[in-house]
Amino acid sequence: MLQTARTYDPLLKRPFSLFRYQDGVLQFLYRIRGKGTECLSEIKAGDVIQLLGPLGNAYPSPEGDFIVVSGGIGIASLFMLLEKYKQKANFFCGARNCDELLMLDEAKTLAKDVCITTDDGTACIKGLITEPFKDFIESACFVKNPLPIYSCGPIPMLIELASIVAGRGLTCYASLEEVMACGVGACLGCVTKTTAGYKRVCKEGPVFRIEDIIWK
Amino acid sequence: MEMNGINPAHDSSRVRSASPKLSVEIAGLKLKNPVMTASGTFGYGEEYSEFVDLNRLGAIVVKGLSITPKQGNPTPRIVETASGILNAIGLQNIGVAAFIKDKLPFLRQFDTPIIANFFGDSVEEFVRAAEELSNVEGVHGLEMNISCPNKQAGWCIFATDPRTMSEVVTAVRKNTRLPLIVKLSPNVTDIAAMAKVAEDAGADAVSLINTLTGMVIDIRRRRPVLANRIGGLSGPAVKPVAVRMVWETCKAVRIPVIGLGGIMNASDALEFLIAGARAVAVGTANFVNPLATIEIIEGLGKFLDEEGISDINEIIGSLNAD
Repeated sequence: MLQTARTYDPLLKRPFSLFRYQDGVLQFLYRIRGKGTECLSEIKAGDVIQLLGPLGNAYPSPEGDFIVVSGGIGIASLFMLLEKYKQKANFFCGARNCDELLMLDEAKTLAKDVCITTDDGTACIKGLITEPFKDFIESACFVKNPLPIYSCGPIPMLIELASIVAGRGLTCYASLEEVMACGVGACLGCVTKTTAGYKRVCKEGPVFRIEDIIWK
Repeated sequence: MEMNGINPAHDSSRVRSASPKLSVEIAGLKLKNPVMTASGTFGYGEEYSEFVDLNRLGAIVVKGLSITPKQGNPTPRIVETASGILNAIGLQNIGVAAFIKDKLPFLRQFDTPIIANFFGDSVEEFVRAAEELSNVEGVHGLEMNISCPNKQAGWCIFATDPRTMSEVVTAVRKNTRLPLIVKLSPNVTDIAAMAKVAEDAGADAVSLINTLTGMVIDIRRRRPVLANRIGGLSGPAVKPVAVRMVWETCKAVRIPVIGLGGIMNASDALEFLIAGARAVAVGTANFVNPLATIEIIEGLGKFLDEEGISDINEIIGSLNAD
């Protein structure tokens, strides 16, 4: 959870996933979406900000090769997997347009294989990232040798992903984004519905088994 | 986890804040200082024990409990507003039995009064919850959340209908010997009159204010932002309303008043105390800053030092409104 200063408006810290840790510097990757991220975009080098964390769980470590499915700013939570497990991931990366394809050059050198889509076709394949992903997991070589899937992105992408992997016996993790107040499991504001009832995204999450999530 | 007194930084500040007398008494409960946690903002205590030495708090008021566990409202449950939060959590809780079995043992290790906030959707449910919470070691007081509907009496809100409020407080009073706090809703015309109803029905103290009902609309979708459509407003935005209501209530009742509503720092807490509150509860501030309660306790001590006052009770009700 981050806040640039103790202000009353915006009042609450905003939740972010850790994007990268390099040379003793913690990095966050975000899209300016509201007041909180706007304030964040205005800070300068040397400014002091408020940080509460790390909070919640993390992606379980992959044991061998794996698949990463990223939509838009979802790359922020997935990038460290690519960086830590070099040449292990089939990386499926979707974005609205070529400007929103982030960290792509780095990701290309880190992943074993990269597949890119944009909604408007301004880069690579036009369409949704779930389409080539579906073709891939239905391919003979994947069916023979299934891999765990790590995903983060907009809700419609995750819903589509959940329906694609359903019933195939695959391990698929999704990291969820939710509006949060406390970040420590007290306010119960950030819950998501699961097969075992409401779970706190800040505490039991943000990473869930995708088949456990009950979508709205 | 930080345990009692291990952290040297906290130890030195404790010595500092121990010199002026911060302790207060509410309905027979001795509090080390007047700073309590507001129900629903501090979980069952353990959520904040990584940040706060729970021994330092005046009292811990736990998340509202009901006889049957409640899963709460659909999402979105929470939206930030100008200097505030609108929430409609829907009283999600694990239930009285699970609280006693799974959460109370952890809380018993601290030398801090535990106040169990509870609610029901009928007088009978209130009474059952109160009875069960009264018969266990480690619960030192009860706080009734009456800002919920009475399903047996045409869904009227206990807190906004004097007759229903009187009935439920009277019934609970008969079934508990623990200090009984009634938490009042600000969504009434005359909160002081409602406090009087609670007092006459046997409450040992009242706490106010609960959240103010509000609504936020998504203008693109033309829909309410919260799944529940309306929610309860808390945070700095409500503080002046809360201070006014506490002041009016303190003039109307003889029982102690616990003030809450948007307290973010020691100055805010002092406004409530000066208005007449015997103690304060910190709510939304915990979300913003997990150390808020401790910083407020330290700030109160510092204020007394600066003002040359040796006992916080001299501050309470010291308002000069002439």
